[in-house]
Amino acid sequence: MTMLGNLDFDVIRRSLPYLFFEGMRFTLTLTALAAFGGLVFGTLIALMRLSSYKVLGRIAGFYVDFIRSLPLVLVIFWFYFLVPYIGQWLTGASRPISVGAFASSLITFVAFEAAYFSEIMRAGIQSISRGQPAAASALGLTYAQSMRYVVLPQAFRNMLPVLLTQTIVLFQDTSLVYVLSIPDFLGAASKVAQRDGRLVEMYLFAALVYFVISCVASFGVRRLQARIAIVR
Amino acid sequence: MIEINHVNKWYGPSFQALKDCTTSVAKGEVVVVCGPSGSGKSTLIKCVNALEPIQGGDIILDGIKVNDPKTDLPKLRSRVGMVFQHFELFPHLRIIDNLCLAQEKVLGRKHDDAVVTAMKLLDRVGLKDHAKKFPAELSGGQQQRVAIARALAMNPIAMLFDEPTSALDPEMISEVLDVMVDLAREGMTMMVVTHEMGFANKVADRVIFMDRGEIVEDAKKADFFGTPRSDRAQKFLSKILQH
Repeated sequence: MTMLGNLDFDVIRRSLPYLFFEGMRFTLTLTALAAFGGLVFGTLIALMRLSSYKVLGRIAGFYVDFIRSLPLVLVIFWFYFLVPYIGQWLTGASRPISVGAFASSLITFVAFEAAYFSEIMRAGIQSISRGQPAAASALGLTYAQSMRYVVLPQAFRNMLPVLLTQTIVLFQDTSLVYVLSIPDFLGAASKVAQRDGRLVEMYLFAALVYFVISCVASFGVRRLQARIAIVR
Repeated sequence: MIEINHVNKWYGPSFQALKDCTTSVAKGEVVVVCGPSGSGKSTLIKCVNALEPIQGGDIILDGIKVNDPKTDLPKLRSRVGMVFQHFELFPHLRIIDNLCLAQEKVLGRKHDDAVVTAMKLLDRVGLKDHAKKFPAELSGGQQQRVAIARALAMNPIAMLFDEPTSALDPEMISEVLDVMVDLAREGMTMMVVTHEMGFANKVADRVIFMDRGEIVEDAKKADFFGTPRSDRAQKFLSKILQH
């Protein structure tokens, strides 16, 4: 009892505005933007992989394999310190170009999620029967139109539960930006924890918040899945 | 209207799906293509609008060479309607949007004009009341009639039918065939892959019989049903007509 007796849960209440308005806002913004960017680029990569031009397919395949064989946290770290130098080299500037922690982590997550989303979208596109693009072509739609209006909307709808599940994983993964000392939700909690010496309380609370949000979201996805299954 | 000259097609290096096929469909003519399964009849009709590429010979559609790499295929295809065995309506779009999509995106029609055309055609196939539904809410026969209306919405110069009734329950076949008979009687140029010999008898001008990738028989309807010249066609006819 002595250990619990020493806990001060009021520290959570006092830091709530900071944790949510700063930390959680950053986490959710990063999650939403990375999911959107990942979906856009992932779809392009999926189209490249399924393209009849073998070279495009191989480039996309290599990219996906490459990204998937690297630890995310390493890439976040590495990217943050490397991009300024790449920028300097590209623009010929005299000093490394500062990208900022947010832009840098966003680019990293988009690049990562694109690889994962591309596999999901690829499966989604392949799940559409070949008669669908054939019917679109027969009506005179071009390849791009057939993808845009016929194949991709169906692939996206069929894969929506999987895409959202992947986004929940992404939501948790964004906490890895702590390596850049960015105050995302976990980063903010960790800052308070260290400032006030309340590690147990703050990390317990952070875990609880991630758990609750992910659980509720998963539950929502399952309900959605059931609804989609009926429509089809 | 449709000329098919010495067409050869292979699937892979060893299987020849079409062997030196030559035939034609004149403007306003209704040609039925029949034959046992695997005879290449569906492949042949899919080559007409280049859904399947050919490796030899020529296909000429309204004066335009289909197998010329310079041909604008989407534009050419937009002028020929096609109806598929499995309907291939777009399941994520309402019936009305199924009919409007290509009108707007390919022909550049305004949405309101496309809707007027679509409703006229839905009325014609007897499905005006179903415009707001999704394809999955319709029966197979209804879906196939929508598919015909969708093709007609593009004002095609010819219509290709690839086994339009093969995936239907027996009681729904006639509602689809009725629409096709009307179309034939109005003078639409039609190439129809089907086993419905009643349909062939009613409206076909010519019947083509295919077997193992070859056009075995290409005859006027009366001649075909009278006395087919080849053994293979006789055998096929006796099999499907005895019921």
